[in-house]
Amino acid sequence: MAVTTGKSFVGRFGVHIAVLIFVAIWTVPTLGILVSSLRDKDQIIASGWWNSFASSSQTEAGRLPPASVQVEKDGKFVLEGNIFGDGAARDISAFGVKSAAPTQYPAGTTAELGDGVTLQLNADGGFVMTSPKAFEGARGQRVYYASSAPPKFTSDNYKTVLFSEGIGRSFMNSLTVTIPATVIPILIAAFAAYALAWMRFPGRALLIAVIIGLLVVPLQMSLIPLLKLYNGVGSFFGVPSKTYLGIWLAHTGFGLPFAIYLLRSYIAGLPREIMESARIDGASDFEIFVKIVLPLSFPVLASFAIFQFLWVWNDLLVAMVFLGTEGDQIVLTAKLNALLGSRGGDWEILTTSAFVTIIVPLIVFFSLQRYFVRGLLAGSVKGG
Amino acid sequence: MAAQIFSAITVIIVGVGGCVAYFWGANRLVDIIFPSRGVQGAAAIDNLRRQGMIRPWLFVGPAMIILTIYLIYPVIETLRLSFLDRGGVNFVGLANYQWAFGDREFRNSILNNIIWLAVVPAACTFLGLIIAVLTDKIWWGTIAKSLIFLPLAISFVGASVIWKFIYEYRGEGQTQIGLLNAIIQYFGGQPQVWISLPFWNNFFLMIILIWIQTGFAMVILSSALRGIPEETLEAAVIDGANPFQIFWKIMVPQIWGTIAVVWTTITILVLKVFDIVLTMTNGQWNSQVLANLMFDWMFRGGGDFGRGATIAIIIMIAVIPIMVWNIRQANKETGGH
Repeated sequence: MAVTTGKSFVGRFGVHIAVLIFVAIWTVPTLGILVSSLRDKDQIIASGWWNSFASSSQTEAGRLPPASVQVEKDGKFVLEGNIFGDGAARDISAFGVKSAAPTQYPAGTTAELGDGVTLQLNADGGFVMTSPKAFEGARGQRVYYASSAPPKFTSDNYKTVLFSEGIGRSFMNSLTVTIPATVIPILIAAFAAYALAWMRFPGRALLIAVIIGLLVVPLQMSLIPLLKLYNGVGSFFGVPSKTYLGIWLAHTGFGLPFAIYLLRSYIAGLPREIMESARIDGASDFEIFVKIVLPLSFPVLASFAIFQFLWVWNDLLVAMVFLGTEGDQIVLTAKLNALLGSRGGDWEILTTSAFVTIIVPLIVFFSLQRYFVRGLLAGSVKGG
Repeated sequence: MAAQIFSAITVIIVGVGGCVAYFWGANRLVDIIFPSRGVQGAAAIDNLRRQGMIRPWLFVGPAMIILTIYLIYPVIETLRLSFLDRGGVNFVGLANYQWAFGDREFRNSILNNIIWLAVVPAACTFLGLIIAVLTDKIWWGTIAKSLIFLPLAISFVGASVIWKFIYEYRGEGQTQIGLLNAIIQYFGGQPQVWISLPFWNNFFLMIILIWIQTGFAMVILSSALRGIPEETLEAAVIDGANPFQIFWKIMVPQIWGTIAVVWTTITILVLKVFDIVLTMTNGQWNSQVLANLMFDWMFRGGGDFGRGATIAIIIMIAVIPIMVWNIRQANKETGGH
């Protein structure tokens, strides 16, 4: 469609810039959590993630040693040392002695603290405090300083969330829920779709209309009756009501209308001649389905599989209702939601957990994007 | 964990094997009971006819049973429950509906849902269309589209965490680590607690859904734009139309049907929006929506099924026009095939 491009250089340049801005808005948020998940926990709160490759500066407080270590030199009392102890790895840019003005004096200068008391704090943390009178008291002078630490990247956050925050366990649970909930509806839908596309029986048109109607029925309509049903079945047979089997069937039920709709419209479009010549050769419907329709339908089966996989993996509502919000069976999305409540401000945990939950969909998405887009185009009446 | 992997694999094999066994076995059974091979004349024709009557139902049977249990029965049951009390036992007439329209939180949810409906589908469709047109003109358009499309694969919960990090607010005197507040501060503004800002917080939540769904609109509209005949566009250029005229007077009218599909699809999604509100605010600070309110009533104080069902019915009523439209469209397209 090059014909519609603005002819001018400025116009074309503008298009590049505009798309670049859109791409930035759509990728930067995700980049933010990826970068943050790899950062040191203290640095995450000390500086924005966009500064993570620069040294991060933070304001800290420290205490000078108590009066007992003072020495007398040239008629003055002197305290000397390094505020970081031995391991001075950071760079002080400014310091102060009042919490209201923590960066009052640049590093290396000598601050007058009144009554002839002076304090010098160098960039490497070394300090000299002098006073005409002897220092007193068991607690040393409080000092505030702005220091910068070199950027530090680590995989510790991943170790923490996977093994001690329960994300690893939830990851397995999500897989346990997702794989059967993807495979079962495909089989059931494929047979139904073939029957609805190529077999003649009374009520077929009505059935198709019902399925198209069910496409848009909100999930919310099903939740309460099914919850009651599951609780009823659970207490009747004395089994737990929140089981993997229950959620597989629920996802199968919720995915079926879209599956049948998508597969039927594809299978109905297969060439009639192939079916008819097979039938003349004496093949039954079952044979036609297994030997001809299934192999030919591979692209649409793949499209649906990806859809259902992403939908089940990303689902929160069904999982919360039918598997619960705590315990051993909790899936990734529900776990992440729980962490948002319990670890509200711990961004190293949240960003890392979020990245673990989105990595599988991203891999699926990037490797199978072709099928995903095809399914999207074929089935765009579904509400998602 | 090994035990879990093992049991998951077992169940996959049993479940899938069971499905295969059913279809194969049921089909075999029909062949045995009504043999069409090895019998002669009228009997064979009779049996073939019987097979033809039974087999379709074997194929659609499992799907029909599951659809009935998981969708059709619940719709009827939810309607019934909406006239019953919290335990689902006593008939209370329209009391739940009366409660709903008198309840402050419910009215707030309806209002918010209307704002969501007005903003999100329009924003997604508009942005999707703009991006589709722009990316079609540049050599790296496919890469750009992939990247804009990518959030569609991210869960609403994941997206909520991503955006919560952007909206993050740190108290006075601390470094702002949320991108939005950092930008505001850079330009000399005052950092805010965005998600607890009544009324406006709705828009900050909507941005998340727009961010996710624009890619969807873009892909569908981009393929519709490709379908516009090249000659039409060339003719317009020759007639001296400028790019804006071509966009509004030629491209948009040609893909009107697709725009409607995208719009309605996102509308349905918006009516059901739940995860984002639950994870970002849980309906606090006047950001409640119907789907989250319903979830809330399902479990609040042990659960009030009557009120929960009533809210579900209200969501359903909003969907019905789209449902009717879909069925009509489908009937027109397939002619009943």
